[in-house]
Amino acid sequence: MANVKFGRKNFESDVGKLDSEMQEMIALFGTPVESVSDDTLELEIFPNRPDLLSYQNFKRSFLAFLGKKTGMRTYTINKPEKNYEVIVDSSVKEVRPFTACAIIKSLKLDDSKIKEIIELQEKLHLTVGRDRKKLAIGIYPLDKIVLPIYYKAVEPDKIKFQPLDYPKEMSGLEILQKHPTGKEFAHLLAGKMKFPIFTDSQENILSMPPIINSEKTGRVTNETKDIFVECSGFDFAILEKCLSIITASFAEMGGKVYQMKVKDNITPSFKSEKMALSLEKTNKILGLELDKKSLKKLAEKMGYNYFADGEVEIPPWRMDILHEIDLIEDIAIAHGYNNFEPIIPDISTIGKENKNEILKRKISEILSGLGLLEISNYHLTKKQDQFEKMGVPEKEESGFIELSGSKTDYNIMRKDLLHYLLKIISENSDSEYPQKIFETGRVFYTDKNEMTVEEDHLGVAFTPGNYTDLKQTLDYLSQNLGFSFEVKEEQNLNSFFVEGRSAEIIFEGERIGLIGEIHPKILRNWKIKMPVSIFEINLERVYGKF
Amino acid sequence: MSKLIESLSTNEKKILPYLEEKGLSEICKKSNLDKVSVLRALEYLSNKKIIEFETEKKKVIDVGVNGALYRKKGLPERRLLLLLNERRIILLKDAEKESGLNADEFKVSLGVLKSKAFIEIKNGKIILSASKEAISKKSSEEIFIESLPLEEDELTPEQKSLLKVLLKRKDIIEAEERKKFHIKVTPLGKEVMSSKDISRELIEQITPELLKKEQNWRNKKFRRYDVTATVPRVNGGKRHFVNQAIDYGRKIWTEMGFEEMNGKVMQSSFWVFDALFTAQDHPVREMQDTFFLGRKGELPDKKLVEAVRLSHEKGVSGSKGWNYNWDEEEAKKMVLRTHTTCLSARTLASLKKEDFPKKYFAIGKCFRNETVDWSHGFEFNQTEGIVVAPNLNFRHLLGYLKQFFKKMGYEKIRFTPAYFPYTEPSVEIHWWHPEKKVWLELGGAGIFRPEVVTTLLGMNVPVLAWGPGFDRILMDYYQVKDLRELYKNDINQLRKMKAWVKV
Repeated sequence: MANVKFGRKNFESDVGKLDSEMQEMIALFGTPVESVSDDTLELEIFPNRPDLLSYQNFKRSFLAFLGKKTGMRTYTINKPEKNYEVIVDSSVKEVRPFTACAIIKSLKLDDSKIKEIIELQEKLHLTVGRDRKKLAIGIYPLDKIVLPIYYKAVEPDKIKFQPLDYPKEMSGLEILQKHPTGKEFAHLLAGKMKFPIFTDSQENILSMPPIINSEKTGRVTNETKDIFVECSGFDFAILEKCLSIITASFAEMGGKVYQMKVKDNITPSFKSEKMALSLEKTNKILGLELDKKSLKKLAEKMGYNYFADGEVEIPPWRMDILHEIDLIEDIAIAHGYNNFEPIIPDISTIGKENKNEILKRKISEILSGLGLLEISNYHLTKKQDQFEKMGVPEKEESGFIELSGSKTDYNIMRKDLLHYLLKIISENSDSEYPQKIFETGRVFYTDKNEMTVEEDHLGVAFTPGNYTDLKQTLDYLSQNLGFSFEVKEEQNLNSFFVEGRSAEIIFEGERIGLIGEIHPKILRNWKIKMPVSIFEINLERVYGKF
Repeated sequence: MSKLIESLSTNEKKILPYLEEKGLSEICKKSNLDKVSVLRALEYLSNKKIIEFETEKKKVIDVGVNGALYRKKGLPERRLLLLLNERRIILLKDAEKESGLNADEFKVSLGVLKSKAFIEIKNGKIILSASKEAISKKSSEEIFIESLPLEEDELTPEQKSLLKVLLKRKDIIEAEERKKFHIKVTPLGKEVMSSKDISRELIEQITPELLKKEQNWRNKKFRRYDVTATVPRVNGGKRHFVNQAIDYGRKIWTEMGFEEMNGKVMQSSFWVFDALFTAQDHPVREMQDTFFLGRKGELPDKKLVEAVRLSHEKGVSGSKGWNYNWDEEEAKKMVLRTHTTCLSARTLASLKKEDFPKKYFAIGKCFRNETVDWSHGFEFNQTEGIVVAPNLNFRHLLGYLKQFFKKMGYEKIRFTPAYFPYTEPSVEIHWWHPEKKVWLELGGAGIFRPEVVTTLLGMNVPVLAWGPGFDRILMDYYQVKDLRELYKNDINQLRKMKAWVKV
């Protein structure tokens, strides 16, 4: 999610006073207000609207939404002049095949505009560009460049230039190893035989996309009037869209946009697109009764042109219109989400709870009636809690499901509930005893065939509590559910129970759980100073009975 | 008056005659009760205005560490004197050794005995000069120490000078500011104490023994209780507060005619993302945001897989699609579900045209790879709902949302545009927090995109869908400020937590 910060002063002079009514309108436009201060207005821009990531572009769209300057904005796009060309070498095919470029002239830049351009570039990198993986943008002062421009890929050691913010010349590999930005994005070029570069006709290296510009030819300042912009990446259509967003922003600043010849294309094509928008479908989906005239008005408020034949003209910078439904949503936004009257449809259906949930609740009620307190734990757990503290040696840890790259030390799925019950008891030594707790919840493991299993379990623990206490509870529960659990002295002795005081719980001939007194050595691992008894059963078989 | 007397407990009555005794220990002794019982009874009597407590700050003289020891073993000079009583004449160095005193104590003892003219020291020898009678008599210091503790203002001039002397010696005496309680019997109390009724027998606990014979209680009085007195806390069994709230959510949905969906927490990316038109390079599909299990799962039947591929690559139902090469292997990767919407996707894939209209809901745990702080966690609860029927529209979506949140206690809500890859139009629900005076997000909703519905159902029918988080709702209700408290399982807190009651 991308947030953008606009100057409050600019906003108030261009759009209007930023009072609560205006903030409401901004939210209804689909750009939630994150914060407002004396100097700034911070908005969240949803990922489908990269065309709102700069102030200039936002202002244009929002003014239309407010009913000022509606319809599709057009900008004068000048044809390429002599040498306004980017010669694309076939060597880039393997590494970063496409580029779309433009030239903007007669800009009057100041610090705030340069900041806006850089921020737009960065936000586009992050969102549409997927952190430069899919797309990267370069902006250069044109007066330092001798046209035409070449886009090619060469061996990293043959690349030598002084990158931005670095005191001396480096090779392509050195940049990836030593330059801060180079290190950050090194993974995008790592392992490539050749790295892509832009050069001018004097063979000055302008940049090594998607990493960094050259210090000599790649720094835009207050003095810069004319610039060269390129987008490089893997999907030409997206590069074109992205270039449209940038050039529209420059055009709003007063720059003159020039196309360039890029291989067989002229970019930016700035080609608008047409799509049919059916009045009937719009009304059907939105539950409205709009006529053509009001549909046209609403479409124009969202920056589209609407034609009598039912077609909508979509500006070239919109990346999110995949389907007519996307236009219909914009009509809803223009209509105002606050202007829809919510209604419940006349549909008759029968409500139904999931059977397992009904049983889980029933079990919880039975146990609550015995004075047991229900607890609820994470489904994730720590390996140390699941194994080490339960006395399982590291080489015997098995059947657990690990999570890749967890940001916390909760990095496996819980295999059982009983280690969590002990954890809670160990953390509650200052709560009044006796403590009788239970949990019903999902556990996760892999079976003999390495297949993943999810089961609902019930775990019960008493402290202080002995085998009899737990067996009584188990008997009471099964009696109330209308069947009986048997117990059988445990065959494969679990080391966390006291030998001779633990049993398997058998239901219709199948082992569904364990019951017993926890061994002092395990209590010691958990720093528990009270006797604890526990049972845990798999509820899936019980569910099957209902 | 008689009511008051009838309310006196056995213990209160026991101590009543001794209220004017000096000091707590006297009352204990006379009433034959332990200190805790007496204190409790006194408190009850004070509640009944029979006595008043007066506190007073007093400097109290008591024995120090050594003083307490000497009380048991005798003062050093006494111990030296006893030794001399046996030996009459003894070498100084032998005396020090045999007396068992340390150098300090020995020195002081010599000084004391000399000043009392009990001994003489000549040529390195101690010679006893005191009479037998003088030796057997307790010294004034000993008498003083035995009488401690004493209040400073009650000391006699003689005791004061003794105090001065003893204070010079190490840790025998300690002077301390103490709060002292005085029990003052009120006029009401005096009346009670002198009342004849006080000796009348009252029935305490009603016991089975008592109930056996009518004469045990006929014409007798029952001791009155202080029914407003606080009683010890009792701990009961109950459901976890999160589950109480979830059960209420379940009740709302079923009341509104919804059928519950249930499914696995571990799902293939296919159901969590691909079937919901989330492109394979979408950031949510990175390890940074989602828990991957490092294993692959099964894909559904080939027809559905190909339909999903087509929706991504070329688009279906008039859509342009995402225009990339969709990778089946990517779709197989198992994840922990990031939303319960995967359950809706599975449900849609199982529906046939003749099943409509249908309404489904789910409430369940979802997961995201997050660090943990007061507002973030790796597990959260989501409530999911879908309505499938021809002729549904956006206003119906808002209608269900308004109704659900109204039942949850959110009266003033607003809808604003939102973005989700699988819904269009999309909507965010906000609640006006009356105290904070801000709009807070409650959740997201929308109508499933044609790309999703056509792929899963084989036709484009409106499907209203929502998936607001549930945790904010229950944190609001229980006034929990920190998300971590939901699963902290502090037994004290759970026992005290109010029950979920919404009508």
